[in-house]
Amino acid sequence: MKKYEFFEHTADIGLKIYGKTLTELFINAAEGMFEAIADTGTVAAQHTIEISISEQAENDAELLRLWLQELLYYYSTTEIVFVEFLIHTLTLNNLKATVKGDKAFGKIKTEIKAVTYHQLEVKRSKDGYEATVIFDV
Amino acid sequence: MASEIFEHLKKIDENRWRIPKDTKPGMQVDGVVYADEKLLKDIRQDKALEQVANVAFLPGIVNASFAMPDIHWGYGFPIGGVAATDPENGGVVSPGGVGFDINCGVRLVKTNLEYEEIKDKIRELTLNLFHAVPSGVGSKGEIKVSVKEEREIMVKGSRWAVSEGYGVAEDLEATEERGAISGADPDAVSERAYERGKAQSGTLGSGNHFIEVQVIDKIYDGEVADAFGLSEGLIAVMIHSGSRGFGYQVCDDYLKTMGRCLLKYGINVPDRQLAAAPVNSPEAQAYLAAMRAAANYAWNNRQCLMHLTRKAFERTFKKSWQTMGMDLLYDVAHNIAKLEKHKVNGKEKTLCVHRKGATRAFPPGHPELPVQYQKTGQPVIIPGDMGRNSYLLVGTEKAAETFYSTCHGAGRVKSRTAATKAFDSNKLVNDLEAQGIYVMASSRATIAEEAPLAYKDVNDVVRVVHEAGISRRVCRMRPLGVIKG
Repeated sequence: MKKYEFFEHTADIGLKIYGKTLTELFINAAEGMFEAIADTGTVAAQHTIEISISEQAENDAELLRLWLQELLYYYSTTEIVFVEFLIHTLTLNNLKATVKGDKAFGKIKTEIKAVTYHQLEVKRSKDGYEATVIFDV
Repeated sequence: MASEIFEHLKKIDENRWRIPKDTKPGMQVDGVVYADEKLLKDIRQDKALEQVANVAFLPGIVNASFAMPDIHWGYGFPIGGVAATDPENGGVVSPGGVGFDINCGVRLVKTNLEYEEIKDKIRELTLNLFHAVPSGVGSKGEIKVSVKEEREIMVKGSRWAVSEGYGVAEDLEATEERGAISGADPDAVSERAYERGKAQSGTLGSGNHFIEVQVIDKIYDGEVADAFGLSEGLIAVMIHSGSRGFGYQVCDDYLKTMGRCLLKYGINVPDRQLAAAPVNSPEAQAYLAAMRAAANYAWNNRQCLMHLTRKAFERTFKKSWQTMGMDLLYDVAHNIAKLEKHKVNGKEKTLCVHRKGATRAFPPGHPELPVQYQKTGQPVIIPGDMGRNSYLLVGTEKAAETFYSTCHGAGRVKSRTAATKAFDSNKLVNDLEAQGIYVMASSRATIAEEAPLAYKDVNDVVRVVHEAGISRRVCRMRPLGVIKG
């Protein structure tokens, strides 16, 4: 099963994500986002950050946006490109995860400004879950 | 992905098309698209027209949801969208009508250098600019600021840079809002925005942001060009950047708040990215106060970038920037929401005008313009792609129909992924160099993404706004040296 694929958007970057479970979907989305940001292939899982989101999300789509936006915030303030994601808890008002990565000088491709609400969607599919996210770049 | 809305388009004249308000249930007003048949072929390929219709849902929207000829698919608003709402009539402000890069904008710096005199030094100049200006993803600058200074920047905008010696008082006169819009509140800004903004003053960023050395290669309006001190063969510099991580965070913070406002205020919009709140509500007032802080951060940023640009010129030509006549012609925002006075059915009203990838274009005699532009109208700066042209236009009275707004650039036509597949960065750099254009970027990938053919031809875009009369051509520039993120 494909983890994610990029799709055409005139000004920005579209990402379609797949996962057997919601947790897998969230991990694949994070991988896809950092693949758009940098060449992640050779980035080591050197530094660790604990993520904790306690904001109440209305639904899975909003929770996905909160998760990606949280990672983007840590990336933009620490410059760490994250490549390993371990999600411990995943509910609408509690997301806990351990994420690992490293600074990636010379491997950066794109600046993602934000995760937009435009066409944001998480839905059930026959294989599990599917999601759509558009990043502002 | 072609737009279904296209089927509903009605031609008004050669350069204007109407999306009637019965196209989608929920539209409060018509959509009006400025484009000719040629540009429309590109515009109908993506979802931009659908977004023009979606913007027409905003409560209190006045006259129409407008789209400039450079429109393309954005998120929420199309890029190239203009919407004014009436606060006295339930009018809303929508952070999606400004975007994440609050006060992304452009400034044009004049010089008295003749192309013929300096043409052999363009490569060296481009290299010096590239070294002087921190660029690229998450770039950090030499101009480091403390939290206290960041709070000052939010209120003082470009005045902060000038007080630090990064410019002169005349620069402020030549900046929209004199470089600092009033009503900014540092307390309306989150900790996270401070954190993302603190290392990024005086940095260019990435993507479509650039500094470009240009030569004026055609004059359309000699009288206005004279008044601006511009003539054919002179060198000018264009700077395009915004509020960096600071603005992105402000927008994100308030999108969340506004999402909750939809239910609270009974607002019906077809896209969550269009979340909005009535202008007079506490949520909207807080957003506007934070947005203005980000706008001031951006003006200060472009002022710092201009300072670094002047330094690079001084280093290259061994003369002071004053000797080289490097005065600021004008600086204008193209992602912003502002309270402005406009006539609606003959009556003056204060409206909340959103410009998302659109430029304010005030006519001659407008009270907001500095004295030097009272006779000519406001300079309107239109960057093109890095291989073709850019333009300087001037505001007109006819643009009252678009709340004094016009286009902001060429507008993308190919997605970044499609551009990366279609163009090779190394070949592009060589081809551009063969045309006499030196390009330097922190990321090779950016060059392919920003390939000239990924954009509409700015000449077509400008022809439409000129013929439609919503701004007028003054002169055209062509690129010589480009630095990108």
